[in-house]
Amino acid sequence: MPPPRAELGPVQDGRARLRLTGGWQIHGQLPAVEAVSARFEAEPGLKSLGFEVEGLTGWDSGLMSYLTGLIDRCQQRGIAVDPAGLPEGIRGLLRLAYAVPERPGARRTEKRVSFVQQVGEQALALTRSTGEIMAFLGEAVLALRRLFTGQARFRKADLWLTVQEAGADALPIVSLVTFLVGLILAFIGEAQLAQFGAKIYVADLVGLAMVIQLGAVITAIVLAGRTGAAFAAQLGTMQVNEEIDALRTLGIAPMDFLVLPRLLALILMTPLLAIYADLMGILGGAFVANVAGDITLSEYFIETQQAIGWNHLIQGLISATVYGAVVTAIVFIVMAAALLTVIFNALGL
Amino acid sequence: MTAPAPHIEVEGVTLAYGDFVIQHDLSFRIRRGDVYIIMGGSGCGKSTVMRSLTGLLAPKTGRICYDGTSFWETTPAARAETMHRFGVMYQSGALWSSMTLSENVALPLEQYTALSAEQVRAIAAYKLALVGLRGFDDFYPSEISGGMQKRVGVARAMALDPDVLFFDEPSAGLDPLSARLLDELILALRDSLGATMVVVTHELASIFTIADDAVFLDPETKTMLTTGNPRELRDHSDIPKVRAFLNRGAP
Repeated sequence: MPPPRAELGPVQDGRARLRLTGGWQIHGQLPAVEAVSARFEAEPGLKSLGFEVEGLTGWDSGLMSYLTGLIDRCQQRGIAVDPAGLPEGIRGLLRLAYAVPERPGARRTEKRVSFVQQVGEQALALTRSTGEIMAFLGEAVLALRRLFTGQARFRKADLWLTVQEAGADALPIVSLVTFLVGLILAFIGEAQLAQFGAKIYVADLVGLAMVIQLGAVITAIVLAGRTGAAFAAQLGTMQVNEEIDALRTLGIAPMDFLVLPRLLALILMTPLLAIYADLMGILGGAFVANVAGDITLSEYFIETQQAIGWNHLIQGLISATVYGAVVTAIVFIVMAAALLTVIFNALGL
Repeated sequence: MTAPAPHIEVEGVTLAYGDFVIQHDLSFRIRRGDVYIIMGGSGCGKSTVMRSLTGLLAPKTGRICYDGTSFWETTPAARAETMHRFGVMYQSGALWSSMTLSENVALPLEQYTALSAEQVRAIAAYKLALVGLRGFDDFYPSEISGGMQKRVGVARAMALDPDVLFFDEPSAGLDPLSARLLDELILALRDSLGATMVVVTHELASIFTIADDAVFLDPETKTMLTTGNPRELRDHSDIPKVRAFLNRGAP
């Protein structure tokens, strides 16, 4: 197929014809509109543009977009376009394309934003979102109060389903991550302690680290990534499908109906998962101590038993419960972890 | 005189999700350049038929042929080749929410043509103008109404000037004027490009305006009852169910 060409004929009495030849397909190359529209500058007398299509061998949207671009430029210059010379199919499509006039103000002008303005806008957005998070936390606390006074309304079945999603379904990933953490801790600890002939204290190291802090923190981070993201996706989909609006119009508070069961499930499940995580971490440590450190399993577990006291376990459980409540954001988990460490230190636990 | 070879041929097709049969023993032919309607009551499997025509669901039995080549029995590469010549408009637009309207329409052009960025943008603008959305290029799907999203879905479906355009419930949810504009657009596209249009719908006004031919699916017997021009079926069909459907329940 010959290449597409557009040639502007001579101007006579303010009229000119554009000769379109060749195949105008989007899968080939297309000429630029500017090649012809630039000629308008040189022909100030041009008042009307017609078309000749004898040599046109094929066309699709490639030609159509060329023509609409050309017509737009003609309109800007006050040149009338006479489509009579075009095939009926093209005229029909042009009629459709210009059937609905452009809505005034619809087109957007690209605006450049300076760096300073960007920083400022980001800062303002941060304050706004901080405010929103605080409002959400406040509402959640109020919802918890309604729960304790027996005024909150949600379906018990939802709670148990969420408990399963947040708890049992998270076991595999929690197992994997905490077993590996215990393994790594023991591996590094064993190498260091062996220099002092104190290999058996690997059990104390792993046990205390897991029970006091790591079990809870790792569980919380896994839950924030896994379960928190799943909750966000669920609620986002519900928002898009107008499901949350449907609850509101029925007078059911979305906070009670949707957020409360999820919050409760996390507060209930995070400590349980944390205990499980402690155990998996200790198992990981025992595995390394046994294989690489020649410590028997019974030696390891007796040492662990002696190292860990109830106070350590309680610290871990309190941490896990708090993390469970704030699992919505990793930032909160980190802040809560720092705060709790200070508190436990002050209490001398 | 011999009839021209059909563009799309459906032979003894049964569609099922697992063991759950949606429609069985479907056989019909779609001529090139026709506006072909797949109609029937809600839940009869119209959209499922479209899914198997557009390459999303393999039929359990039977053949679907495009220009004589069996679509589902060929290699995946050849099937993908055929699918490049399809344009599909989904029921709710199915626009990519993170892209502007212009980018939505431009994506297939960027993937499958060698045009410059400026030319792609110009074609996208023209396609949006065709569906009555001149100047909305830089809007995001969430910033326009549902009816407008639907029209952008049409614009995207025709981005590559397809041989076959599929429309899933095009006029549902549109105001009467936009629905008529869309009907006119379907006819104008068919007339100017010679594309085959397959339309899943139960909007009677639209059916009688645009249809050349149609197949009627029945949800109870889970198969087709008849084929033919809907206007003739409305007046002359000897199947009461079909006449009732096309006459809005009046005998």
